[in-house]
Amino acid sequence: MSTAAAALTNTEIERSTSHNATIFLKEAKYEFLKNLRLRVYTASVISFPLMFYVLFGLVLNAKEVIGGTGVPTYLIATYGTFGVMGASLFGTASGLAADRGLGWLQVKRASPMPPFAYFTAKVVLSMIFSAIVVSLLLVLGISFGGVRMPLGEMARLLGTLVAGSLPFAAMGLAIGYFAGPNSAPAAINLIYLPLSFCSGLWVPYMFLPKLVRQIALALPPYHLSQLALGIVGAGRHESAATHWEVLFAFTLICLGVARIGFQRDQGKLYG
Amino acid sequence: MICPASQTKAEKTKMIATLEETPSLQRASYGSVVASLEGISKNYGEVRALRNVNFTVGAGQVVALLGPNGAGKTTAVKLLLGLLQPSSGKARVFGGDPTNPHNRMRAGAMLQVGRVPETLRVREHIDLFSSYYPRPLPLEEVLAAAGLEKLRDRKFGDLSGGQRQRTLFALAICGDPDLLFLDEPTVGLDVEARRALWEEIRRLVERGKTVLLTTHYLQEADALADRIAVINQGAIIAEGTPAEIKAQTSGKRIRCVTTLGLASLLQIPGVTDAKQDREAVEIRTSEAESVVRALLARDASLSGLEITSAGLEDAFLALTQDNGENANRQN
Repeated sequence: MSTAAAALTNTEIERSTSHNATIFLKEAKYEFLKNLRLRVYTASVISFPLMFYVLFGLVLNAKEVIGGTGVPTYLIATYGTFGVMGASLFGTASGLAADRGLGWLQVKRASPMPPFAYFTAKVVLSMIFSAIVVSLLLVLGISFGGVRMPLGEMARLLGTLVAGSLPFAAMGLAIGYFAGPNSAPAAINLIYLPLSFCSGLWVPYMFLPKLVRQIALALPPYHLSQLALGIVGAGRHESAATHWEVLFAFTLICLGVARIGFQRDQGKLYG
Repeated sequence: MICPASQTKAEKTKMIATLEETPSLQRASYGSVVASLEGISKNYGEVRALRNVNFTVGAGQVVALLGPNGAGKTTAVKLLLGLLQPSSGKARVFGGDPTNPHNRMRAGAMLQVGRVPETLRVREHIDLFSSYYPRPLPLEEVLAAAGLEKLRDRKFGDLSGGQRQRTLFALAICGDPDLLFLDEPTVGLDVEARRALWEEIRRLVERGKTVLLTTHYLQEADALADRIAVINQGAIIAEGTPAEIKAQTSGKRIRCVTTLGLASLLQIPGVTDAKQDREAVEIRTSEAESVVRALLARDASLSGLEITSAGLEDAFLALTQDNGENANRQN
């Protein structure tokens, strides 16, 4: 009885910090489970980079060398970037666009869920799947491609690529706020695939046409792939700091765009 | 409640009486208006979804916002949930801003949605939503209230339409909210499921909850609501108890199978309207007895005679038609 009384009269119901932490963890847990069980997501995000890697790095060209680095090693860095980008974009953008367009995000916003928990969960999802993709690439490369990498180098590669998922998660949020629920996957691909090609994630950078190589310098995936390549010893000897700066600036821009979309949603949705 | 065995019967009776009094006293102490729209207008570009609406929901009541599709019901609910900002006026929940998390922690909402994550199980959805609230109901209780005990492990995508509605209802009540928003809660449910949900809503109200429900099912408003606000084209055109709303159109309906034509029926004094309804005719009048006498006198072969009060449906149609005409005349 007294609890019910307290519930009726207490106007300052607080959630403790540990309670908030629980919410964030649960939100992330269920976001992960939700996507893991989505065959389409898991299959495409993980399978495509692995398939390309197996085909171009293990079956063909396995004995080739690019600028002093073995192909299987080189391609872990580039397809790793490709995989991380895909995991982040598809993890955030299509889910967000669908949730927005079809009313589910409204249900969550009407609830006491802290909005930040929703976005954090999506970012965490991107990072987890990015880690999975890169780890699997490493496993394949080491088992079948003769890749030799000291443990420290592997850890740095994994860490860099997973950190690199953040800019693309931010990009995904920006796209998700402006795409429609059905057109989001197509919109993502329209951006993702050309960006990947022009950044040297498929055809290695040095084999790209000159114009494309110049364009690449402005593209975030190029910078992430160069960071990864630098770790495996195949970089172009550029300053790592520059790459990180570009990625950081890109993240801020995307978050700004996402925020505009967030504000816009307040007035837009028609009842 | 543990009562010491040594208490006399009189003492126990007094204690129970005090306990029964307490909830309503405390409801009154924080103010009896739980949600309100004050001078609310909401425009989407040129469309005026709500026009200077004033509306309150009192503690412990079931208030139904009744209106046809596009009337502005969902817009009103979204304003009270803080999902939309008004173009002018104020929306208040528990005396404060609807976007305040403290107020959201005391409210639950069932909205019409096009998509719910399909790969999560029923109990996982409820677990997640329950975690947002400081004092949620136990999972078993929520499942029982929504009739979902057997479906706890089913993925949302494998549920039927009615089961999905019940899951959304579960998400609305799982936080044990004081104020419940139900936007068209029984759309798509069969009769049995609808009745079950009504029962559950009544049980919630008995425990002291406040419910704002929107519907275009007149029967639902009549069955559940203490107060009905009829809304059409963005304005509230009538407000009162179901009986008061029904009283706004006086009159009875007479239904019978007769050889008399519509034209001659309209000639009978007291008849305000007559129309064909398959094999019978339907006559509106406020003087049922004299009209029936006249009918029986003019047509000895008359059969299938039924006399009913104008239901809520007639009241509603009359109100919205009048309102529509007025609106057109103003434009």
